[in-house]
Amino acid sequence: MRGKVTAEDSAAAWKGVADRFPALRRTVNAHRLVYLDTAATAQKPDAVISAEKSYYEESNANVHRGIHTLAEEATAAYENCRKRAGELVGAPSPSSVVITRNATAALNMVARGLEHTLREGDEILLTEMEHHANLVPWIMLARRTGVVLKHIPITDGGLLDLGKLPELIGPRTRLVSLVHVSNVLGTINPVAEVAEAAHRAGALVVVDAAQGVGHMPVAMEELGADVLVYSAHKCYGPMGLGFLVAQPGLLEEMEPMEGGGEMINEVFLDRATWAEPPHKFEAGTPNVAAAAAFPPALDLLESLGLDAVRRHEEELVAHALQTLATLDGLVVYGPHDPKLRGGLVAFHDPEVHPHDMATLLDQAGVAVRAGHHCAQPLHRRLGVVATTRASFGIYSTKDDIDALAEGIRFARRYFSP
Amino acid sequence: MNMNALDQLYREVILDHHRHPRGRHRLHQVDVEASGLNPSCGDEVTLQLELDGDRIRDVAVDGRGCAVSTASGSILAELVTGLTIPEARRIAEHFKQVMHGEEIPDEVDLGDLEALTGVRKFPVRVKCALLPWITLLDAALTDAENRPAEPVNTEEEGS
Repeated sequence: MRGKVTAEDSAAAWKGVADRFPALRRTVNAHRLVYLDTAATAQKPDAVISAEKSYYEESNANVHRGIHTLAEEATAAYENCRKRAGELVGAPSPSSVVITRNATAALNMVARGLEHTLREGDEILLTEMEHHANLVPWIMLARRTGVVLKHIPITDGGLLDLGKLPELIGPRTRLVSLVHVSNVLGTINPVAEVAEAAHRAGALVVVDAAQGVGHMPVAMEELGADVLVYSAHKCYGPMGLGFLVAQPGLLEEMEPMEGGGEMINEVFLDRATWAEPPHKFEAGTPNVAAAAAFPPALDLLESLGLDAVRRHEEELVAHALQTLATLDGLVVYGPHDPKLRGGLVAFHDPEVHPHDMATLLDQAGVAVRAGHHCAQPLHRRLGVVATTRASFGIYSTKDDIDALAEGIRFARRYFSP
Repeated sequence: MNMNALDQLYREVILDHHRHPRGRHRLHQVDVEASGLNPSCGDEVTLQLELDGDRIRDVAVDGRGCAVSTASGSILAELVTGLTIPEARRIAEHFKQVMHGEEIPDEVDLGDLEALTGVRKFPVRVKCALLPWITLLDAALTDAENRPAEPVNTEEEGS
C-alpha cells in the first residue's frame, strides 16, 4: 500500500462509509436492504460508479494502439490500474501483473500456461476447501496431461490438516494451489506455512486470494506466493476485472492461453512471436472502463486503512458467531475463533433449507447466499448439500447481523409445524 | 415482512406436503429408478416407480431439497400414482409449461400442483418446483434404452 494513513484520517473516512454506496440506499420488499452477500460481490462506492461513467464520457478509446489523446488517456488509465492492483498485494513490479476477466480466468491461465512444464505422474496439491475455480482448471489439466491431483484434507474444525502435509508433498509435487480465505468456512489459511513446505520440495505456490484481498492486508511475499490471483469486484471495484500476479520469471515461462491482437510481437501468415509479459497474456480488447474504475475503490480502502478494514470485519464475525450461537441447533461451519476467519459465516439450519431461508430473508430485505457456493466437494465433506452464507464488508454493521438473526427466527417460526 | 408474496409461494398445502411428504416408503418392486439434480443448489431427488404394464402402481420419492422441491415431489407421488404413463406425462408436460409461463394453469386439472404455480413469482425457485417433474419426464418415463445414465440436470432443462 502507498502512504500511511493516520488514525484520525482513518476515523474520518469510516464516518458514514455506508453512505458512499448508492445500492445500499434502496429498499427490498419494503425493507431497508441489508446486504450480506459481499463474498459473492461487494457493492460499489459512488466513486467507482462515476469513474466508469466518466471513462466512457471522456476517454473511451482502445488501449495501446491509437496515437491520439483519447487513446493515450485510456492507455494511461489501464496501466495505472495495473500498477495500483499490483501495489495492493505487493507485486514485484507492474509488469508482473496480468489483467484478466476475473480470478477464475487467472487460475485457468496459470493451469494452461504451465501445462507444457508438467508430465504424466507429476503431482498438483490442492485442498478440500477450494472453490470450483481452483479445482476445475486442474481437473481439466489432469485430463489433458495425466498429472495427479492430491488434496489437503480439512479437520472437523474447518482448518487445513497440516499434519498430513509431509505425506502429501513429495518429489513429484510440482505445484500447490490453495485458497487464502475459504468462501464457505471463512478460514484464513496459514498459506506461508504450506508455501514453505512446497518450496522445500521445489513446487510452485499459487494462491487464490479472491476473498482476502481488499478485506485485510495481503502481501504475496509474506504468503510465499509465486502466483496470486484476485478479482476487483470482491473488493468494491467493478465487475469483469481480475489479476494474475506472478514472481519474476514465471510469466516468461508460462505459455499464453489465448492468441490474437495485442499479445504479439510479430505475426506472419504461418507463425508469430509473442509480446513480452504481461501483454502476451492479454489478447484482444480488455475491459478498460473497469480498469479505469478500480483505483477509486483502492483509494477508499487506503483512506480507511486495510488494518482497520480487517478489524471491522473481525468484530462483525465475532458478533455474528455470538448471535448465531443463540439459535438452538444452528450449525455454523469453520473455526470458532474470529481471528482465524475472514468476514463471512456459513451455516445450516436443520429446520429450514437454505433456499427457503434465503427466500424468507429476502422478504425481510436481507440478502444472503444459499447453495453450495461453488464448493461442492467441501459441502460433501461437511455432509450437507447446501448452506446459507452471510458475508460482510466495510459498510456492514452489527445491526445488519441482528436483522439476519431476526430473519432466521422468523423463518423458523414460519416453517415450524 | 411481505407476507402476501410469501404466502403465495408457501401456500398451506405446500407447507403440509413439506412437513409430511408423501411417497417416502419402500416399493414392493422397483421397475424404474431415476435421479435428478439441481446443480445450482445441489438439491437431489430419486424417483422409483412400480409399474403394472402401462400403469404406475406406486411411486417412491427420496432426496434432499427445499420446501418447494420436497412438496413438489410429494405432490408428484400423490398425483401420478394410479395413472398410466401417457397420463402422467401429460400432467408433467403441462406443469412444466405452466411454470415457464407458456400455459394457463386450469387447462389440465393439476390438483395440489396448482398451489405450486405461485412459485412463478420467484423465478429462481422455479427449478426447485420442476426438479421432481423433469426427473419423471426425462428419465423415469423414458424408454429404458434412452434413459440417461447420469442424473437429470435442471440446468439442461430448456427454460
